[in-house]
Amino acid sequence: MWLGLSEAELQALGLSLKVSGVAVLVALPVAFAAALLLARKEFPAKTLVDGLVHLPLVLPPVVMGYLLLVVLGVNGPIGSWLNETLGIRFVFSWTGAALASAIVTFPFQVRAIRLALDAIDPGLEQAARTLGAGPLDCLFNVTLPLALPGLIAGAITAFAASLGQFGAIITFVSNVPGETRTLPLAIYSAIQTPDGEAAAARLAALAIALALGGLMLSEVAARRLKRWSRQ
Amino acid sequence: MTLAVSYAHRLGEFALDIAFTVEARGVTALFGPSGSGKTATVNAIAGLMKPARGHIELGGVTLLDTEAQVSVPVHKRRLGYVFQDARLFPHRKVEANILFGAKRTADTPSPQMIKDIIALLDLTPLLQRYPANLSGGERQRVAMARALLSGPRMLLLDEPLASLDGPRKNEVLPYLERLADAAAMPIVYVSHSIDEVTRLADRIVVLNKGGVAAQGDVADIMARLDLFPLTGRFEAGAVVDGRITRHDAEDHLSEVAFDGGRLWLPALEAEPGTAVRFRVRARDVILALAEPHMTSANNILRGVVKELRHDAGTFVDVQVACGETLLLARITHRSRKRLEIEPGREVFVIVKSINLDRRGSITPRTEHNGR
Repeated sequence: MWLGLSEAELQALGLSLKVSGVAVLVALPVAFAAALLLARKEFPAKTLVDGLVHLPLVLPPVVMGYLLLVVLGVNGPIGSWLNETLGIRFVFSWTGAALASAIVTFPFQVRAIRLALDAIDPGLEQAARTLGAGPLDCLFNVTLPLALPGLIAGAITAFAASLGQFGAIITFVSNVPGETRTLPLAIYSAIQTPDGEAAAARLAALAIALALGGLMLSEVAARRLKRWSRQ
Repeated sequence: MTLAVSYAHRLGEFALDIAFTVEARGVTALFGPSGSGKTATVNAIAGLMKPARGHIELGGVTLLDTEAQVSVPVHKRRLGYVFQDARLFPHRKVEANILFGAKRTADTPSPQMIKDIIALLDLTPLLQRYPANLSGGERQRVAMARALLSGPRMLLLDEPLASLDGPRKNEVLPYLERLADAAAMPIVYVSHSIDEVTRLADRIVVLNKGGVAAQGDVADIMARLDLFPLTGRFEAGAVVDGRITRHDAEDHLSEVAFDGGRLWLPALEAEPGTAVRFRVRARDVILALAEPHMTSANNILRGVVKELRHDAGTFVDVQVACGETLLLARITHRSRKRLEIEPGREVFVIVKSINLDRRGSITPRTEHNGR
């Protein structure tokens, strides 16, 4: 017993943190690449790519979960191949929950990183190149460190948003205790159970505290970004 | 190591067609009004802009040859570029900034050289600071050190003083002079300020409307009447190189000899024999037919009128040869008619004031003339 939480509730909290943490870390490099592409390159399909990146923001999470189930389910075109050749199954697994969270919170990361990239003076990259830094050297030693506050802000926001993910997870990987039952799913289950109100209230308070903490951290990071980009 | 540039490019309505060479040593100024193609030209040399057609070669190495489809990437050109806005890395301390290029060149500077350059630019007290805590002038000094330590084969300075106010300019100028003296490599200095150019440069490439209007030694270019509209009507004047011959401690004057005569300048703090460069503005010169005796002017020279230029208006610009040195005078059209000043006429040249541009080492004038 810890803070009056039961074993199952602690399990849901731990699972939520694990799923969200993995989701953010997996999406981060992809989000950085996408933000870099959108911030620095002009190409014909840019509007389409921009739209696709932001789609999870406006699409109902249930639709997102349904699409994942269709594509990555054991009978889906990619899911069946993954299952047969590599033995990877997302359905009913916490990795599936992490993947769904990663996709749904992807736009938060891309937006924050893109904002940070736009604040970097492109002249600094030019200067680095005249000093002998190749494109990758320049990316890792100038662009990335300067965008770091944006990366941190994006990761924290995405983490906080991921903690609240419900629709996509329950549709894609269902509500399996100890495997895919994250905090929101546990709250939902508690409400469905007779005499579960007290548990639901405890978990809801926990969710509020986590989300608020995350947003405050992200605000601190954003302030840091402002100080950094001013020269 | 000489630099040969020739390229053509189009930026919207603006057509550039530029060709010039830069000497192995000393400072070559790219001079011209804004919108004449100065920055585009340094960017083409550095590889930050790729011209439609062109050939750029530095010391026998081709940097750009559009016909052979050769374009060396920016980071492999080994050019030290000092930008107008310094462009220091805000996330790194001054020390890490100046060593950024040093860590990326095969020509790694020795610890002694690093020390020397830090001393040359007085950077020791700044090393542990972040760029955000530096003044504009300090930033430019750091940018210069950073460029010098990147193992460059030449230096490009794009209006390094343009973003600074008057006092800051004067704070940085001596460092630029030190840099020009210390760097054993060609230096291209972009500027639209004739003061900076005459103070720092040995040669000038005059750019105008996307083309090269003239190129040559500073004194030759500055003495050309046809370039007057570009070299700055009001501030225009002849640039003269000479040597200090003696001091007059009582009257606080120093005498400077040049090919064409001797002039007294306000006391200079340098040994006799020291080379100096000064500018005699056309508006500070009076012409007379007879030698004036009862005058406050200390400096009276003899010369022969070579050339006149009269655009519509009050004034006529007169080029006078004093020995091998060409001086310029701006007189009214009325005076010209009254004194019948024509080419070939002998005149007395009365110099009212002299601007000292530079003292210390002056790169000897090149043998061949760019004219």
